[in-house]
Amino acid sequence: MSNPVPEVPAVRLQGIGKRFPGVIANDNINIDVMRGTIHAIVGENGAGKSTLMKILYGVQRPDSGTIEVDGTQVSMGSPADAIKSGVGMVFQHFQLADNLTVLENVVLGAEKLHGIGGRARKRIVEISDSYSLGVEPDELVEDLGVGARQRVEILKVLYRGARTIILDEPTAVLVPQEVDELFGNLRGLKDEGLAVIFISHKLDEVLSVADEITVIRRGTTVTTVTDPSSVTARDLAELMVGSELPQASSEASTVTDEVLLSVQSLSLPGSGARPLLDDLSFDIHRGEILGIAGVEGNGQAELVEAIMGMRERATGSIRLIDADLSTASTRQRRESGIGYIPEDRHRHGLLLDSPLWENRVLGHQGRPPSVKHGIVDKRAARQDTLRIIDEYDVRTPGAGVLARALSGGNQQKLIVGREMSGDPILLIAAHPTRGVDVGAQAAIWNHIKTARREGLAVLLISADLDELIGLSDRIEVILRGRFVGSFDPSDVTPQQLGSAMTGAGASA
Amino acid sequence: MSTRLVSFLLGLLAAALALVAAFAITSLVLIIAGDPVGEVWGEILTFPEQRNLANIINNATVLYLSGLAVAVAFKMNLFNIGVDGQYRIAAFVAAVVAGEAWLPGYLNTALAILAAVLVGAAWAGIAGLLRATRGVSEVISTIMLNFISTSVVAYFLRKAAVREEGSNTLGTKEIPEGSRIPSFSIGDGPGTEIYGFIFIAVAAGFAYWFVLNKTRFGFNLRATGQSTTAAVASGISVKRMTIGAMLISGGVAGLVGLPILFGDSYSYGSTFQSGLGFAGIAIALLGRNHPIGIALGALLFAFLDEQSNPLQILVGVSPDIVAITQGVIVLTVVISYEIVRRFGVRLEQQQVAKADRPVDEPKEVTA
Repeated sequence: MSNPVPEVPAVRLQGIGKRFPGVIANDNINIDVMRGTIHAIVGENGAGKSTLMKILYGVQRPDSGTIEVDGTQVSMGSPADAIKSGVGMVFQHFQLADNLTVLENVVLGAEKLHGIGGRARKRIVEISDSYSLGVEPDELVEDLGVGARQRVEILKVLYRGARTIILDEPTAVLVPQEVDELFGNLRGLKDEGLAVIFISHKLDEVLSVADEITVIRRGTTVTTVTDPSSVTARDLAELMVGSELPQASSEASTVTDEVLLSVQSLSLPGSGARPLLDDLSFDIHRGEILGIAGVEGNGQAELVEAIMGMRERATGSIRLIDADLSTASTRQRRESGIGYIPEDRHRHGLLLDSPLWENRVLGHQGRPPSVKHGIVDKRAARQDTLRIIDEYDVRTPGAGVLARALSGGNQQKLIVGREMSGDPILLIAAHPTRGVDVGAQAAIWNHIKTARREGLAVLLISADLDELIGLSDRIEVILRGRFVGSFDPSDVTPQQLGSAMTGAGASA
Repeated sequence: MSTRLVSFLLGLLAAALALVAAFAITSLVLIIAGDPVGEVWGEILTFPEQRNLANIINNATVLYLSGLAVAVAFKMNLFNIGVDGQYRIAAFVAAVVAGEAWLPGYLNTALAILAAVLVGAAWAGIAGLLRATRGVSEVISTIMLNFISTSVVAYFLRKAAVREEGSNTLGTKEIPEGSRIPSFSIGDGPGTEIYGFIFIAVAAGFAYWFVLNKTRFGFNLRATGQSTTAAVASGISVKRMTIGAMLISGGVAGLVGLPILFGDSYSYGSTFQSGLGFAGIAIALLGRNHPIGIALGALLFAFLDEQSNPLQILVGVSPDIVAITQGVIVLTVVISYEIVRRFGVRLEQQQVAKADRPVDEPKEVTA
């Protein structure tokens, strides 16, 4: 881009570190954001982007490192401090009161600046005009579309005098036309000399709008790309996931022709006209790993939950060997032999405030060794937990520790161990290595490969294309709830998958 | 196990902390009001006489059942504010059934107790059903049901009541002597009798412990209380658990009025004790939903109530001062348990970090 770049960065983060008990969320983050630029920060889910932004916006304090705004070091203890130093944030989930007008929403909490009447209205119109946001102060927020609401949010931070604006996944809620409009607005802000920090994991969007791109992996800055035209989405993806890719291709195929899971015309209606799942049919054989690739939010989570019986409105037939599970409850499905590694282990996989042995019982309430005749057998459950701790290398002082105390990787290993107990026939693994450390990642890959060798059918959902290619025997690409392409992992590249995932094949 | 010992000691510490803070705050109120702090505490903290001791134990029995009823719902993250309405309508039905004496002797008693449990369960079940099927907050519905229960009881009391000779109080027919639950004495002299119902209360406490901690149903209930999402993913039907938990909570609530009915009043009248359900909320909080903890909480509340009775006569201070203490205890208990819980988690995380160290620094990332 041709903007003159001033000497002093608008925001300089140096050596930022943030630990939570047992977890390092940020470690030695270094970023310079210049005035008059759009600076993108990309990374996988769980790479530490959100924590970093919370630190920059004063929601959390860093344990180490310094923040400089326009050359002066600042200490931000609250969002109010951040706004005072000219840093504003637009959240992914809008913070607007629907039943108030745009004017009322904008002045709410900033009444001291320009009052709540004529002066405020004038200022809003001024800002709206100078950045061509097209915001009408007297409209009710509930009458506005998503894109317009987002512009109100942007106006809100500008009204409070922000010179640096952080946008957290701003395109997640927008349709493509609105994305283009938003990008137009962002370029307008940039031209007026503001600094825009843009957080995303959609690489094609980042490449189209950003002047500089910083990649974060496992809590630390990997690199900053100053010339986006010199990199491809594939390059960025590699930087994001690192080079620790699984090596499954060397292993002999164990796929047999015996069908274990057969799903026929599985559909799930959505809230609008478009169904969340649209007539999906597939088989998984004994010893086969079926990988599902897709941009997040295209039906992967719904597919898993429909197979698990957690979606009441799902239709279609699901058979596991000879058992018809189409109308079975989640418990019946689990007891028929489905192991489930959920996408969000804190929400769906664990009781964080219960000891590990109780977490061993979870999902196995109907089965020995932990439950017999409706009575929980604590001793047997403990013993079996110790077995999992040993076999799956869960690092913990014992089985009586609360699940919350374990690190993410160890929690995940416990879940994998639990779901592999009780002789499952099908293992569903949704993002099994998301947010876990490198060591645990390799271990979990090994366990999945072992499951395949032992003759399980495995359904693997992942956002990490290299993980999918490395582990799967077959990859289906899901887009807007439908399968749009089937690939053989031995001769597919992430680029090919990527173009199938976005539909038109327009971007990597 | 050492971790268990530590967590037990931490629990004791939390309770002690809360009590000390509550006494300090009450003292402050007394000082501001210009009342004699020393004399008030001196009077409250004397060892009770046999007569008072019996009253304390009897009161605690009733409060204990109320605390248990609330605790069952608490365990599933449900807030049953309706114990008050549930126990009154249940006690009324039990009084009518027992008073009619369709069955002889203790069969009549058993039938009346069963009726009370069923009516209490049904009354709470309405809230459970509304919550499970229509998403109505059980807080709102149980409060509403309290009012409805008051009116329903008042209405039917007029129909079922017999007016005692020369009295204005309405009451159900007296329970025949053969169906009353005998009391036993803990001393000599009048007024030292303990309700025989105390054994049923103890059994209820044991059943509570057993069902929640040992059975699959209890496991499901606690799991749902901790995380609805994890419960659903593990195959628990949350709707069924919601209704089940409310039914049990209401069933236990049905027992609350019975010690008084079968051991003291023998009929349900317009003067039947009310407000026991609300005390149960405080006691369940104080006892951390643990059967022994609830017993201690019930004894403490009953102790404060009983010991404050003579305050007005002896030191000229309104006994309502202990209501302040009881209220403050609930607040301090919630705060101190949370502080101690965080401390415990921190302690455990350090232990886990030690176990994790041998290989390399944990380098995990979460969103």
